[in-house]
Order: sequence, then structure tokens, then C-alpha cells
Amino acid sequence: MVQGRIHSFQSLGTLDGPGVRFVAFLQGCPLRCGCCHNPDTWDPDGGEVYTAEEVVRRALRCRPYFGSEGGVTLSGGEPLLQRAFAAEVFRLCHENHLNTCLDTSGCFDAETCGNVLDHTDRVLLDIKYTDDESYRRHAGCGMEQPLRFLDALEQRQIPVTLRQVIIPTKNDTEENVRRLYGIAGAHACVDRVELLPFRKICQTKYDNMQISFPFGHLPEPDAARMEQLRSLLGTYGG
Amino acid sequence: MEHKNWNGFVPGQWQSSIDVRDFIQQNYREYTGDSSFLAGATPRTEALMKKVQSLFALERQFGGVLDIDTATVSSLTSYSPGYIDRENELIVGLQTNRPLKRGVNPFGGMRMVKQACEAYGYKLSPKVEEEFRFRTTHNDGVFRAYTDEMRKARKCHVITGLPDAYGRGRIIGDYRRVALYGVDRLIEEKKKDKAQLGAVCFDTEQIRQDEELYQQIAFLGYMKEMAAMYGFDISQPAANAREAIQWTYFAYLGAIKEQNGAAMSLGRVSTFFDIYIQRDMEAGILTEEGAQELMDDFVIKLRMARHLRTPEYNELFGGDPMWITEAVGGMGEDGRTLVTKNSYRVLNTLYTLGSSPEPNLTVLWSTRLPENFKKFCAKVSIDTDSIQYENDDLMRPIYGDDYAIACCVSAMKVGKQMQFFGARCNLAKLLLIAINGGYDTSSNMAIGPQMEVMQGDKLDFDEVMKRMEVYMGWLSHLYVNTMNVIHYMHDKYAYEKTQMALHDTSVERFMAFGIAGLSVVADSLSAIKYADVQPIRSAEGYITGFNTVGEFPKFGNDDDRVDLIAKDMTHRMITELRKTPAYRNAIHTLSVLTITSNVMYGKNTGATPDGRKNTEPFAPGANPMHNREQNGALASLNSVAKISYDDCRDGISNTFSITPAALGRTAEERTGNLVSILDGYFAQMAHHININVLNRETLMDAYENPEAYPNLTIRVSGYAVNFNKLSREQQREVISRTFHEAM
Repeated sequence: MVQGRIHSFQSLGTLDGPGVRFVAFLQGCPLRCGCCHNPDTWDPDGGEVYTAEEVVRRALRCRPYFGSEGGVTLSGGEPLLQRAFAAEVFRLCHENHLNTCLDTSGCFDAETCGNVLDHTDRVLLDIKYTDDESYRRHAGCGMEQPLRFLDALEQRQIPVTLRQVIIPTKNDTEENVRRLYGIAGAHACVDRVELLPFRKICQTKYDNMQISFPFGHLPEPDAARMEQLRSLLGTYGG
Repeated sequence: MEHKNWNGFVPGQWQSSIDVRDFIQQNYREYTGDSSFLAGATPRTEALMKKVQSLFALERQFGGVLDIDTATVSSLTSYSPGYIDRENELIVGLQTNRPLKRGVNPFGGMRMVKQACEAYGYKLSPKVEEEFRFRTTHNDGVFRAYTDEMRKARKCHVITGLPDAYGRGRIIGDYRRVALYGVDRLIEEKKKDKAQLGAVCFDTEQIRQDEELYQQIAFLGYMKEMAAMYGFDISQPAANAREAIQWTYFAYLGAIKEQNGAAMSLGRVSTFFDIYIQRDMEAGILTEEGAQELMDDFVIKLRMARHLRTPEYNELFGGDPMWITEAVGGMGEDGRTLVTKNSYRVLNTLYTLGSSPEPNLTVLWSTRLPENFKKFCAKVSIDTDSIQYENDDLMRPIYGDDYAIACCVSAMKVGKQMQFFGARCNLAKLLLIAINGGYDTSSNMAIGPQMEVMQGDKLDFDEVMKRMEVYMGWLSHLYVNTMNVIHYMHDKYAYEKTQMALHDTSVERFMAFGIAGLSVVADSLSAIKYADVQPIRSAEGYITGFNTVGEFPKFGNDDDRVDLIAKDMTHRMITELRKTPAYRNAIHTLSVLTITSNVMYGKNTGATPDGRKNTEPFAPGANPMHNREQNGALASLNSVAKISYDDCRDGISNTFSITPAALGRTAEERTGNLVSILDGYFAQMAHHININVLNRETLMDAYENPEAYPNLTIRVSGYAVNFNKLSREQQREVISRTFHEAM
């Protein structure tokens, strides 16, 4: 039995993939993004241990709500840090005809994630910045990694939603969004791009963990600015 | 039988006998399209609504009651006609001679009426008191027969909210009959029934029924008189849509003039009206705008209905509700949907007239409802927080396809079934009484079987359950007998002749019992079973608190270990209740519903083993305790869905609050996701759900700045209220509830 560490479950997920979704937040993340709103998922030894069967059993309890679009999303943390576990959860999902969605930073070699991707119906790929320097400074990895991951998804023809958290002073420029649009346009597998406003309600999590919130001093973007930036996305904006 | 006013209708069984369902089935036209045909409010409607809004504002300024006629006893013909704006009203009729003026109705009990008048700075006229001096009210009758134990159970609040001092309500007259047949035909049929009685033998039940029929016939006559005062002759069938709505409204108006029952529900009229509207449209005498105007005017009248209540009553049933519940939609037995264009129009009044708690719009949900209608309902919920949903796929096999909802969640076949309302008992308090061997530490009273306080420094699950069995048996027997007294006396001294005249003469009766505190008891028993519950004893040796050590599963997380305890408690309760026969051979039913009394029940209940503090509110209805849900909204819904409707035929109420952001990013996504949630919940044979889509901050702001939110409507427990009409305590409780949020 394959086991993994899970931070928490959200039985009603409507923001991480299409339709109503059962979301499991997996524990552990290799990145340290300044805007991260789940610092409590970083520690790979935290969370609680579950078997893949138990996760899918819980997801199946929500099947009546999924309708034609919904299903299961693995988020985190970084679900690809527990590849064998994620692969087994998705395999069991497919065995039960549940739609699967992977929410990842893509900072991995896609070849090592083949078992997961074999049973992934959609990827929510977090493109944190559109320049390598920002990536390295604020995320803890280079930009080529997620782009290579995206190429692999293109080859596998897995539908992709690109996501980016808009952080004032870091990436809230039209230039950045145009580059993101360019990345989307260069990949046929991308059918949607979501810009998410940077939020600071997670401050209490940092406080509780007694660590500093790297972007805690930055403002949240206002709604008008978000709309402006979203308008640059054309049909990708959904 | 033929009538010229039926021209154009498909004939059928409905002509030869009173059978509204058959008329609907033969004549209605299902609608599966979208909402684009709807018309907005006309300038006339807007002007009228403006007047109504200013009357509502005035009523608020006057502390909730605009005026009381303290000298006239409310009945069908006791007031001269009243209008809002005579020239511009399409549907007429008010409860008294002026809008929002409340009448007095002492038939249920004199004391309540006097107190209510005094609470709002009035004094009941000595003339009314004199009139009732030699008359027995329902309340007088009940207290003549109550035993000492019944009084004690009432006093310590283990059974509360009983309709022993006010009208019991929960009866739905088939008000449509007046429109379809005219009053003369209804009188004729009742006279036939009366003549047949006693042909075989004349026993107590038949003599009673004979006298009741006499009263029914007399009050059908008064109904005609009442309509005549407004210039209408309702002796014949309605000839067009406006008359159909007017006749139906007169029937309902007669009922609320005669009775001040707790819940005075409307039934299922929208699709019935649609048939008349269709006929008029085809004849070219009514437009879409005109049809919406008629529905708007009808709904305005319903929004103006009021009863005079005491402040204590408002503590139980907050927000001045009438429960003018209208069941909308559902499916027919033949597989066609009962959704018509008029189902849309009645929901559209929430836009044309603004959101409102009344009428209590209740969508009968089926997974097979037309997708367009599902989406429209979801949109209305998201925009207005004013509608509730009940499972048609669960109820239709039991009640057929012409049932309606009384109050919040009580299903009954329209005109064929009625219920004896029985409020609820406090199951959490019962647990504490059981642990203390027949002593209530909140009221310091000995009650029930007397035995030793439970010993030991840790509560044992099996021992507690054994105790619980004994006390549930005791309470159930007492509860049924108490109800028998109440309803015997209500029939005797405050019989609902207008409403019962709009039922078949031979009617099926339910006796509706209820429980409060289900999630508190389930979590408490779970704590006793899975954690260490150490009792804390008072100087007198009673257990007044608990030290609960360790984790335990909590209701609301889709965890069978505790969810099945909740399910089991309802099963045990109804099983115990059935052991004592009910008055008039009524069928025992059970509800898990609290209205707003969950606050008051909590106030009268000591600390419980689940960690709930002394006097802390319960969760409403069948809801999990606030903020104990750790796995999100669907896990919470799944827990409630496990409670069986077979055990709780009087309804299982769940109130669900979610933030707009947690439903999805775009309006379209939110609508689609809400439809999926409703489909998923009801596919599991869950019974009821109230949907609120709003942010806690909105309520907190409304709490601080009520004047900025005059019309803020929210669903609470089986009904909706204007947030500002709740007490401060009730408002705080609503704010403290779980809001399912985006992570």
C-alpha cells in the first residue's frame, strides 16, 4: 500500500480545476516562494500519513457532487514531491472514473513524473514569473524547469491551465502578462490562463510558525488592476 | 359538470369531484426554457412597492409593530376593507382595515394577546376581555388538562415552544379550490359529506366531525361575505388569471384572519396559476408584463401579512415570520416537470420587488429538473439568499406530486393531509438529565425517573446509552401525551374551520414531534465513546461540567463513527414516540429543525461533554456544530445526508452558508457549481437545505450598521428572515456559524 503525507482535505474545491472538486493538499514543497500562502505545507515530514486508497475512498464520497466536470485535484505543497503516492492516487481515481487534476509548480524533470502524468487529465501549472532572475530570486528554482515541464505536457497532450499569482512590484506589469500570454500561445495544450491576486490572509500562518512572511510588506493588488491585466489574456481568460 | 368559466380547459375527473391535482395534470404546460422571457417590474408595480417599502420602514421605526387594533377580534368579516393604494392594486385584501395594522386573536390564549399588546405600548380593550370572560380559549383548555409532570417538563424547557398558548398552524388549506370551483360548489360538497355522516353510527369522532363540518360550511359563507366587502363575488369559479389569483388570495386571507397559527403556509399555487395565465395569454387578454404584475401584486400582499406576537415568542421564532411557504417546481408522476413559466415568475418577484423572507419560496428539487430552471434557481440563491431547497425525488414517492411544505420542512398532500404541530424537545438537556439521574441542573428541578447520579471519574459509553434509553422512553411517552392534550383542546376551542373547509372531509393527520440539539448530543456521545470524559461535580453532587481529554470524531466531517450516532438517535426517538398512541390516530413524525430556538435551547442547557459551554447556542436544525467541520462543505453535507428521512418524516433542516469566492471565480462558475452541489446533496436522499451565499463581513457590518441594510435577507433554519428583525443574540449566533470559505 502506497502511503503519503497530507496536510488537509477540502471536500468542496471550486478554485482548483474545473467544476466541483475534492482537493487533497499534499505535504512538502521544495520551493520557498515569497508569496506562498501555505507555508505550513513546506515541511516534508509534517502532515498526516494516509494510504492512496483512503484518499480515493474519501474522494468517492464526494462523487455525487462532481457533475460532468468535477473530480479530484492534488495540490499542496507540491504533489510531485510525493510522486509515487500521487501516481497511485490518480491511478485509483481513473480506475473509478474520476477526473484528475494536478496543481504543480512544474519544477521537476517531467520524465521522472511519468507515472503521475499517465493518469492526469489536467495540469494547473504555476508559472510564477516570466523571467529567470525573478524565478531564481523569489522561488528558488530556475525558469527553464517549468518551461521544460510544459513542453512535456504539450507532447503528452494534457490540457493545461497556466496560473500566476500577481504580486505588486514583482510581476504586476503588462509586460509580464504579455510574456505569459506568449508562453500560452506557444503551447497548444494551454487553454486557459488564470491570474490570481496576491493575498496576505496567510500572515497568521507565518506568525504561528514564527517565521517571516517574505512578501508580507507588499500590498495586495487592487481589483481594477487585476481586471486590466486579465483583459490582456484574450480568450485564455475564460 | 360544466361551467362557463372553465371554457378552454381540458375536461376531466376534476369537474365531477374536488380534485385540483387532476385539473393541473390535464391542463398545465411544462416549461424547460430559460429565464429570458421574464419581464421586469412595471412603473405601477414600482410605485406600489415604494409605498410598501415606506410602510416597512415606518414599521421598523415603531419598533417592529406599526399599529394594533386592540378592540376588534380578528375574523373574516370583522374589519372594513383595507387597501395600500386602492386605485393601483391589482389584487386586494388586507388582514385588517389598514396596511400592517395587526389584529388581536385571543382564541389561542388571552394572556399572550395581552402581553403582546403591552410589549408594544398598547392595552387590550376591556371590551375584548369581557367578550372572552365566559369563553374558553385553547390555552385555558390545555392548562385545565395538563398534568404536573407536563407543566414541569415545560418549565424546565426539556420540551419547549409547544403551541399551547397560540395557534398551532402548520395546516395548509387548498386555497386553489376556491378559484377552481367557487365557494358555492365547495359548500355543496361539504353539505353532501355532512348528510352522509351518521348513516351507519354516530360515535364521538363522527359527532365531532359533524360539528366541524357545520363550522366549515359557516366559514365558507363568511369567506364569501369577506370577498363581497371588497366587491367580489367568489361563489363561482374564477374566470381569468387575475380572478384566480384574487380568489386564491381571498381564501388564504380568510385563513390568516381567522387563525394566528405559527406557520400559515400557502401550498403550491404557482403552476396552478400558470394554467389561467396561459389561457388568458392565448386569448390575447394578458401580456408577459401583465402576468408578472399579477404575481408581483399577489406577492406584495403576502409580504404584508402579520401576526401579533410576544417578545418571548420571537425568541423561539425570530424575525416575525409567517412561513407563507410556496412550493415551486418539482416533477410530476408522469415524468414531466411541474416547472412552468409561472415558477420562474414567482422567483422573479425577488428581483422585481427585491429580496425578501416572505413568501418562503421553496424549490422542490429533483436531479431531473430542467437544467435551465436549476441554473436560474442557483442564480437567484446567489443573488438573494432567499430560497430553500427540498428533495422532490425523496418526497414524491411518498406524497405524490401535489404535496406542499408547511412551515419549513413539513411535507403534506395539499387538501388531503394536515399535521398537529409539536415544536421540539431538547435532546441535549435530556442527556444531562439522564446523567444526573433525573435532575436538571439548569433549572434546578428534579424531573423524570429518579436514580443515582452517574458515578466514577470517567463516563462509560454503554452506561450512558443505557440511561439515555430509559429517559428517552420516559420523555417520549410524556411528549406524546402532552401533544394529545394540546391538540384535543385546539380542535375543541380554536378549530381551523376556514382551512379545514379547504381539505377533503376525510383527512389524514400527522403528529409532528421534533428534536433540538442533535449535533450536540452526537458529538457528546462520540466524546464519551472515543475520548475521556471526566465529569465535574457540584457541591450537591450533580454533574455540571466535563473535562474532555483527547480527540473524538465530530459530526460534520463525513465520519461514520459519529454520523451514525446522530442517525441512531433519531431512529431511537421516533421508535419511542410511536409507542404511545396519538390523538385522532395521527401518524407520528419527527423533525430535526429548530427555527431560531437553537439559541434559546442552548441558553437553557448546561455544559455538554462535546466541549460546548453552559448556555452556548446549539447549531440550528440538523447542522453540525459551528466550525467543527474540518474537511470542507461537502463532508459536512454528507454527514447530514446520512440522517434518514424514514425516521424524520417531518423534515431534516440544514442551513448552509458559503462565501461567493468559495463557489467559484466567475458568476457562471458559481451558478454551475451550486447546481452540482444541490444535485450531489439530493442524489444522496438528503432532505432540505437553505443556501446563503455571502461573506461573514456583510453580516458583521449589518450588525453594526443596520440602517445600511434594510432588506438584507438570510436563510436561517427552514425559513428566511430579514437580518435586522433578529434579536442581537440571534444575530451573533448567525454570524458565528460556519461559512465555508475558499482556502
